[in-house]
Amino acid sequence: MQTGNLLLLLVVMVAGAYFVGLRRSYALARPLGGIRHLHSLPFYFAMRSAMWCAIPALVVLGLWLAFDDSIIRQQVLAGLPAELQPTDASSYNLTLSKIQNVASGALPVGFVEPPIAAAAENLQSLRQTSAMAMTVVIIVLCMFGGAWAWLKVSPQLRARQQVERVLQTLFMLCATVAILTTVGIVLSVLFESIRFFGKVPVTDFLFGLQWSPQTALRADQVASGGAFGAVPLFMGTMLISAIALLVAVPVGLMSAIYLAEYASNRVRTVAKPALEVLAGVPTVVYGFFAALTVAPFIRGMGESIGLNVASESALAAGLVMGIMIIPFVSSLADDVITAVPQAMRDGSLGLGATKSETIKKVIFPAALPGIMGGILLAASRAIGETMIVVMAAGLAANLTANPLEAVTTITVQIVTLLTGDQEFDSAKTLAAFALGLMLFITTLVMNIFALHIVKKYREQYD
Amino acid sequence: MSETTEKVRKTLARRYRAEKRFKAFGIGSIGIGLMALVLLFTDIIGKGYSAFFEYEIQLPITFDAEVLDVSDPRDEDELNYGNYQGVIRDALAERFPSVEGRQDTRALNQLVSTGAGYALRDMLREDPSLLGKTRTLWLLTDDDVDLFLKASEKQREDSRLNAKQQQWVAELEASGETRMVFNQSLFSYGDSREPEQAGILGAILGSLFTMIVTLVLSFPVGVAAAIYLEEFAPKNKFTDFIEVNINNLAAVPSIIFGLLGLAVIIGLFGLPRSVPLVGGIVLTLMTLPTIIISSRAAIKAVPPSIRQAAMGLGASKMQVVLHHVLPLALPGMLTGAIIGMAQALGETAPLLMIGMVAFIVDLPAGPLDAATVLPVQIYLWADSPEQSFEALASAAIMVLLAFLITMNTLAVVLRKRLERRW
Amino acid sequence: METAQQLDKPSLGNNDAAKDKAINERDAMTQDTPYPDQTVGKPFVDNPKMRLRDVEVFYADNQAIHGVSLDIGKNEVVSLIGPSGCGKSTFLRCLNRMNDTIDICRVKGDLHLEGQDLYDPKLDVVELRARVGMVFQKPNPFPKSIYDNVAYGPRIHGLANKKYDLDEIVENSLRKAGLWDEVKDRLHASGTGLSGGQQQRLCIARTIAVSPEVVLMDEPCSALDPIATAKIEELISELSESYTIAIVTHSMQQAARVSHRTAYFHLGRLVEMNDTETVFTKPEHDLTEAYITGRFG
Repeated sequence: MQTGNLLLLLVVMVAGAYFVGLRRSYALARPLGGIRHLHSLPFYFAMRSAMWCAIPALVVLGLWLAFDDSIIRQQVLAGLPAELQPTDASSYNLTLSKIQNVASGALPVGFVEPPIAAAAENLQSLRQTSAMAMTVVIIVLCMFGGAWAWLKVSPQLRARQQVERVLQTLFMLCATVAILTTVGIVLSVLFESIRFFGKVPVTDFLFGLQWSPQTALRADQVASGGAFGAVPLFMGTMLISAIALLVAVPVGLMSAIYLAEYASNRVRTVAKPALEVLAGVPTVVYGFFAALTVAPFIRGMGESIGLNVASESALAAGLVMGIMIIPFVSSLADDVITAVPQAMRDGSLGLGATKSETIKKVIFPAALPGIMGGILLAASRAIGETMIVVMAAGLAANLTANPLEAVTTITVQIVTLLTGDQEFDSAKTLAAFALGLMLFITTLVMNIFALHIVKKYREQYD
Repeated sequence: MSETTEKVRKTLARRYRAEKRFKAFGIGSIGIGLMALVLLFTDIIGKGYSAFFEYEIQLPITFDAEVLDVSDPRDEDELNYGNYQGVIRDALAERFPSVEGRQDTRALNQLVSTGAGYALRDMLREDPSLLGKTRTLWLLTDDDVDLFLKASEKQREDSRLNAKQQQWVAELEASGETRMVFNQSLFSYGDSREPEQAGILGAILGSLFTMIVTLVLSFPVGVAAAIYLEEFAPKNKFTDFIEVNINNLAAVPSIIFGLLGLAVIIGLFGLPRSVPLVGGIVLTLMTLPTIIISSRAAIKAVPPSIRQAAMGLGASKMQVVLHHVLPLALPGMLTGAIIGMAQALGETAPLLMIGMVAFIVDLPAGPLDAATVLPVQIYLWADSPEQSFEALASAAIMVLLAFLITMNTLAVVLRKRLERRW
Repeated sequence: METAQQLDKPSLGNNDAAKDKAINERDAMTQDTPYPDQTVGKPFVDNPKMRLRDVEVFYADNQAIHGVSLDIGKNEVVSLIGPSGCGKSTFLRCLNRMNDTIDICRVKGDLHLEGQDLYDPKLDVVELRARVGMVFQKPNPFPKSIYDNVAYGPRIHGLANKKYDLDEIVENSLRKAGLWDEVKDRLHASGTGLSGGQQQRLCIARTIAVSPEVVLMDEPCSALDPIATAKIEELISELSESYTIAIVTHSMQQAARVSHRTAYFHLGRLVEMNDTETVFTKPEHDLTEAYITGRFG
């Protein structure tokens, strides 16, 4: 039976268990003189039955689906004659896909060696057996669970507590998804990175000045090794992020100050949401704007004053990224500025300071830690921003600090290395994960640090 | 007058100038932000509005059975293999009898879109009696012709059409044999190599399936996690660890989630590449922190007196939460969910990682069909060398922004309508 | 920034709960006590430093002060007393136009500082506040060093040309505020690290560093312990030799100890003003008597 149908059947059976449980509890209650003589409401007896019916079956189903494929694959490959046994990872994948293609009918049987064809048949039959077995096991589990729950129903049964405990556990599992995600991220980038560092030494990666990940297609090509020195990438990322922050920090900060301290209510209600619209625009739109409007404009401007500007200049990407971050900076700054107590303002104004003196000499220094935290968060966002640089920054890994030249960034390289044709084991693909690891660590450290500062700052005035 | 007053007076002019300067900086900053917004929108609308329209040219088409090589229009096979380009070529040759030579004839034939043939086939399928008859029809032009007709006098000099083609098109235009119509293919087709036949329906469907998966997964899990953290979680290291994780995940670059999807969901669990299901799972992990954080805020906003009232009646903790807190917090949670969805709808980078960047012509029928999404479609088109795709990308951006604005407006309205002030 | 929210600040003395309480008290009082149409006692003096007539203050449509008229003489300490929400803080904040920072607040009447109209549109509020300084209810040192706190005013107003002058101003101010001996070794430590009483004396030093003519004090001791309070009171007496001081206080004992004249406010009206001794020994008005004998407050 197909998984989808099986799930449908499961739903029907669970609903059945619910109603049977409900009926049973009412039936038990009637001779006692009504449901108030039961420990819990009939609803909880019904829910308990449904849970007994559903949960074991779902757990088994999930495990089955997660692991049956790999187990079957192992079985099939183990059945191959010795000379066809895969020796390394790439031939493993090749053999496997051959067998799968024959099994699915995409590759005619005549095109492959007979043992492969036999293996394909083996695969088919194993899959069928597995599906059959799964269906039977699930249905049996369902029925046993339901029956067990039905048998256990009694007026004294603490059904509500049991249902609530299950529910609470379920809620907790949902909360741990956040941890699982982090663990998943760490493991996936770490695991592949370690494999990468097995091929390319860590020091070459961290301190190498040459980045050209194109490994040769044929062994006899020149320069076939590929170079994985990531320094030009780090520099490019820093250059573009720095330009972005140079735009976003003063503009965002001053907008926040103006809106918080000077603007009338009318101006605030218009300007604030308008700036927030900038935060809601998808990054791909900014990328489009940067690549097709801002970059040619800057290039044209540069040419008209005799400067040689690359068509994918760091300046264009950085400027547009800065625009993107403005609302981010301004809303964070707004938070910290409004958190400065009114007493500080009164104290300064009471001495005869003007508003700008109060802001510059009292509020700004007082809010500085919070603002620094906000800037750090903005920087981490600039470093991790992908689409703008993918569309508007270059691919060539130039080691330069000139904003008019093209540079490339970590995120650009991750995207280029992982889109398009790829083999999963080459140093080129693995390099993307190593870059991902660098990106993750950098942003993580910045975020933790920034959140810590901001939290400490808030506590100071709470 | 005291000494202080005198000294203060001396500084006043300078200080008020500084005050004015400072204020001007503030106004300037807001001006820069607003100007960027206006520039962005006018640029995109300016580039994209023309993609909502397309040019057609008028030609008398003869459905000649011999040229078409179709004897029975009811036979689907014959119909599909008919030589529709042939009848169009004939019609063009008739309209411009002076054109001779292979090169010129080919140039002439390039004026009409290759998609026009399918339109003729569909027409013939609808009405088999057309076979052998002549009809004056409006045919879709090639994108270069379309661009030429939309262009201004000055821009026409840069057209990709050669001099003769320009002359022919100008002739058609002058005699009223061209017209501009609403670009229906934009909303009824998937991607295509030919700009005039490319549409965003495939991408919209892909986005829709992805969003459904994201919503179905992230909302219940997010709300359940928020309830646990706000109402049940004991104050201990484990809870703190969960909170630290949530806060950090909210700030992890989205591309990292793409790497996670590639390595774990595709690599480890063996789900197929390029499908909305995987995209939805990745976006779920990405939006979950947003939804959890806003849901927690909504739960926090429910006053403790409600909880105490219910507890006082003997309700269990779980009953208090499910019967009282959750319904009261639901509007706030929904608002958060919509904002999270809007974020996910505009997200591109992680989807590139899991292969939703393929060139896909067919419309996806479900979350397990290979598909692309609207932002990725924009990225693909923006990267295409052909100029017409630029307008298409802008048009797609306008559609995407329309969706986002609708969702955000909905969130604001929801918040205003349903939010209670205690 | 300055929105209606600020009206909830207790320092303004018009918070709702307090107001309700006051209204209830008034209702209880007015059953047996006539409410005054006019201020009793002697609110006016010859040759005053500040001459205030018919002052009315509104928050949006709420009138907080009703036709208050009084004088503040040169080098005298005037204390303003009354139950919570009676408008004494609001009145005080009119005297250096701190109410300007509240959008919805409007002030009417004639307020003069040595013949200069405080609410004259041509008058510069920066200059006014340099002449009329203010000390707030809660000590609010800036998160800067002690030195920078005191030097803040002289710096922004350009009162010292050289570092030496500034040092002198800082030292003098700290000495006058009685803080010098306690902090002279750690002038560059943070002002927020001081104890509550020291912080408040630092704020006073900060205020007098500008050499104002009038110092307004809005319940300066309400957040302090008795010992710190005693020090501040001592300081006020010393300062009265060179400054004119108006102090809002909750404590009648404090008013009796530090002030030359006392004004009793009740629900936005000035009920009685007289020499401090007279007010506390022979109050003319029943409301004043009720307050000082502790029947409400």
